[in-house]
Amino acid sequence: MLGISDPWIWGVYVLCLLSTLLCVIYGALKWNYGWEQEREEISEELAWEKSEDELEQRLGL
Amino acid sequence: MNIWILYVMVLVYLLITVYLGYKGWKATKCSEDYMVAGRNSPPYIMAMSYGATFISTSAIVGFGGTAGLFGMGLLWLTFFNIFLGIFVAFILFGKRTRKMGHNLNALTFPDLLGKRFESRFIQAFSGLVIFFGMPLYAAVVLIGGARFLETTLAIEFNIALLIFSVIVAAYVVWGGLKGVMYTDAMQGTIMLVGMVFLLAMTYSHLGGITAAHQALTNMASLVPENLAQTGHLGWTAMPALGSPWWWTLVSTLVLGVGVGVLAMPQLVVRFMTVRSSRELNRAVLVGGIFILMMTGVAFTVGALSNVFFLQEDGKIAIAMAAGNADSIIPLYVNQAMPEWFVYLFLLTLMAAGMSTLSSQIHTQGTAIGRDFYENLKRSEGGSSLLVTRIGVMIAIVIAVVLGYVLPESIIARGTAIFFGLCASAFLSMYAAALFWRRATREGAIAGLLTGTFMSVFWLVFVHQKESQALGIAKMLLGRDVLITQMPWPVVDPIVVAFPLALVATVVVSLITKPPEDKHLEKCFRGVK
Repeated sequence: MLGISDPWIWGVYVLCLLSTLLCVIYGALKWNYGWEQEREEISEELAWEKSEDELEQRLGL
Repeated sequence: MNIWILYVMVLVYLLITVYLGYKGWKATKCSEDYMVAGRNSPPYIMAMSYGATFISTSAIVGFGGTAGLFGMGLLWLTFFNIFLGIFVAFILFGKRTRKMGHNLNALTFPDLLGKRFESRFIQAFSGLVIFFGMPLYAAVVLIGGARFLETTLAIEFNIALLIFSVIVAAYVVWGGLKGVMYTDAMQGTIMLVGMVFLLAMTYSHLGGITAAHQALTNMASLVPENLAQTGHLGWTAMPALGSPWWWTLVSTLVLGVGVGVLAMPQLVVRFMTVRSSRELNRAVLVGGIFILMMTGVAFTVGALSNVFFLQEDGKIAIAMAAGNADSIIPLYVNQAMPEWFVYLFLLTLMAAGMSTLSSQIHTQGTAIGRDFYENLKRSEGGSSLLVTRIGVMIAIVIAVVLGYVLPESIIARGTAIFFGLCASAFLSMYAAALFWRRATREGAIAGLLTGTFMSVFWLVFVHQKESQALGIAKMLLGRDVLITQMPWPVVDPIVVAFPLALVATVVVSLITKPPEDKHLEKCFRGVK
């Protein structure tokens, strides 16, 4: 198949494409999933990022 | 070669980088507005910035070249990268890491582990493992870029390494660019465009997908005698089961790197900087495609370079590269691709090197400054700035020096050693932290120490490639390896160290006092 005789190789070639497809389908189906908590999550993230900024300034990174 | 095309392209690239860096920097000055407004920023931008950190010159040049030597069996690593590194990492590990990191206000990977298990030792020790382990990974990322410069500009490798190090160091030291999504996203985009062209041109040059693969399959009889004896059965076949070649491919390259990606400190931190779980879901889509186009293309093209070199020069790829797998991709791109593409590819590699190295250096800085120094000193500020600066400087110097002294064909192996070390040391503890409430501090420490010391012991005394190069086993035991019986000298440390660390974590957790409910509630608040 695909010019490759070893099933372990053409198998993984196909598997790579299928796992990418899985990522695409999952991402597309869940595109807007969880938007209800997003506002709260963003404020949590903001608080976290402020602490990280302080750390970076302290360490000069 | 018209070198002026290169100069103009590099200049334009650097100008755009500076502009985007400035734009991002200005935006983060009013962080709150930026974050909320940024909610509607395209998920593409965010996922690309992940990808740029994930994929370095090591993946493209080092592993691509290794595929030129080993063949398409390396695609198993691509599968692991997509399935474990994106799907499982983002959905299972990412969401929990993000929530728990915020619950505990953990700012680094060791910080998260230390706070989850209420242990300063875990944080400090993990910080040291990262600080001392990562220069090897940084060194091979530098070598990857330098090998390409060496071939493209026809200059000495030593000078190429210096040039590449100076460019990347200037970028990192200039600061402010780290974590700025637009810069990373641009680098990711350049990488994506470069790899799409590379794949399309390779397949079209070799007569199409099936014809190209068939031509590679037909070359099986050309495998050099010494490689065939160790199990190499051709570039479109897995190595003979249980042969040294098979163990290296499966245990070191595929498992070491494929599993190790789950516990990479600089990638774990990325989960905490994601704005919401929704963003993580979306990033799975773009991330999956991106990794396929990076490692999938690099490994396929690396293997197919054998067909090209046979048709053009009558030799296989590793013979063309004079035995140095790290030079296969640079040679192939320079010989097979049009000039403008060679320069675009050089930018691709610069972008890949810059984004990865800046996150490596940031991780090393926080490992030494916060996780080790501030953590043990039990106070913040004061001399931690100085300690971090000196630490980062030492780490950069070690990386560059390693770049000069490491042997040829080292990129993939060096990457695998670091990824394998991270998996062995951290993965059992990290997984237990996220998924197992019964895990105890003592269990986590047992896993951390078992995984770390078993890996180091295995590298020094058992795994032949490293033990021979280090020479410590020879000095103490009078021979290169402790166990000479096959397959042990070719079994990667991760195969032994990770399961042992897992057993240690579970057994010691079960025989020690469970953590307090109050602490667990705090850690797992909102974790679903």
